[in-house]
Amino acid sequence: MAADIGIQATNAPLLAVDNVTLQYKTEQHLVTATWRVGFEVYEGERFVVLGPSGCGKSTLLKAVAGFMAPVEGQIRLAGKPIDRPGSDRMMVFQEFDQLLPWKTVLGNVLFPLLVNRRMPKAEATEHARSLLAKVNLSRFENIYPHMLSGGMKQRVAIARALAMEPKVLLMDEPFAALDALTRRKMQEELRALWDDVGFTVLFVTHSIEEALLVGSRILVLSPHPGRVKAELNADHLNFSDIGTPSFEKLHRRIHDLLFADRIETALVTETH
Amino acid sequence: MAETAQRIARLEPPRRPERMIELDAMHAVGDAARPLSPAERLLQITGVRRLIVVVVLCLLWQLYAMWLNNNLLFPTLGETIEALYDAVVNGPLVQRTLTSLQILLMGYALGLAIAGIFTTLAITTRVGTDFLSTLTAMFNPLPAIALLPLALLWFGLGAKSLVFVIIHSVLWAVALNTHSGFTSVSPTLRMAGQNCGLRGISYVAFLLVPAAFPSILTGLKIGWAFAWRTLIAAELVFGVSSRSGGLGWFIFENRNQLEIPSVFAGLLTVIMIGLVVESVIFRSIENVTIRRWGMQS
Repeated sequence: MAADIGIQATNAPLLAVDNVTLQYKTEQHLVTATWRVGFEVYEGERFVVLGPSGCGKSTLLKAVAGFMAPVEGQIRLAGKPIDRPGSDRMMVFQEFDQLLPWKTVLGNVLFPLLVNRRMPKAEATEHARSLLAKVNLSRFENIYPHMLSGGMKQRVAIARALAMEPKVLLMDEPFAALDALTRRKMQEELRALWDDVGFTVLFVTHSIEEALLVGSRILVLSPHPGRVKAELNADHLNFSDIGTPSFEKLHRRIHDLLFADRIETALVTETH
Repeated sequence: MAETAQRIARLEPPRRPERMIELDAMHAVGDAARPLSPAERLLQITGVRRLIVVVVLCLLWQLYAMWLNNNLLFPTLGETIEALYDAVVNGPLVQRTLTSLQILLMGYALGLAIAGIFTTLAITTRVGTDFLSTLTAMFNPLPAIALLPLALLWFGLGAKSLVFVIIHSVLWAVALNTHSGFTSVSPTLRMAGQNCGLRGISYVAFLLVPAAFPSILTGLKIGWAFAWRTLIAAELVFGVSSRSGGLGWFIFENRNQLEIPSVFAGLLTVIMIGLVVESVIFRSIENVTIRRWGMQS
């Protein structure tokens, strides 16, 4: 059973997000994206950060990736504070233009391996090919990204990220720009890939269903600014559970959590 | 009231039975594509279509010049080609062209090098950005040829002055395009590059330059065109020295001697070199880079 891997993991958390407050500047405002958010991700987990738009979940992921520093709190990966972007936290973005258009599919997967001099070129090529085979893109290795469909581009990005064997794979709504059918297929493929390779993933989404299908543990954030609302287990659910009472129950529970939030914030502002 | 009237007037679509079709039972699908005829295929090639345009223009030239019948004002294509052949075989045309190209390449290369330094400074520091944008805003609208009198004063009558004005004509166009190309690289691609471990100079070389390549190439093309025009115009004013003047000097010299077919031959050479660089050199660079990468259709 796939979920067993999560239970076997070591006792120390791989990724620790400790009371993190994130702020960024726009033209006119200083926006607080998240407010004292804390959670821990263990090795082998499929950790999903779920929340409505404006809950700072993408900003949180950028901070874990090292693109921005917290104004308060600390993010530690395997005990070390994160201070800059690095290839031990490979990121898959939502946008299709994350691939380098001047490199072929194979070239894109090879790119981080060669930049970081991870292994000799021949070995790296072999490694990249094996990853492309895992995402069913072997036939397209000499094609340039502009000739691929959206789903295929995301698969290349996933292969590129996994080729680096990152400590944690970061995914920022990677399937949000895909059509519904492709999105479902990609979710299934990601689960299959996880069963096969066994990586740790931090996955951001605003879809409750996607969170239930992809995640083994779900962090629910409230919006404006993002605060932790709940942390739930979903490792008992799989694609065959769609429509079953336990699936619907958890779906409803999260839905209520997200929805009740509006009423609660309204009350809070009133009493103040 | 109006609502009911509308409801009556509207046609109800008929309710029809559902239908299911067994795909296996269907007949073979007819040819979805047909091969193009040889003539159609020939016209698909851009080069062929361009060639047709050139042939038509040559014919018009020949006919008009024959009708005008005044080779002091407008020689025929035949006379021009004859003069061109004569100037290439017996005359100084090859020598003059080489002199022009040599100076041009020198100025172009120096211009590119300086533009490279300026844009690298501009993306690494904010002062550099302000410096570059102010300078380009000031000097880009200034025609390089307007600096020639000053250049003659500073560097004297010779190749140095020509190289100076060519650098001026190349530098700002290339720097402006390269810099705007760098700044318009998408944030996602930038983050993806940093995520892959690119930093500092490798980030510029392996991410920004290829990602901004369409703009850089546009800059190179504009810079080339500016340099070429500036050079010919500057050479019209003076030859480097009467013995080793360039193409512009060749045109000027022949006009003074009323060798109008040779003037036309010189102009034709200018056009042909421009065409070759534009549609052979730059086009093949485009074909193996930005077209293949899908950055330009």
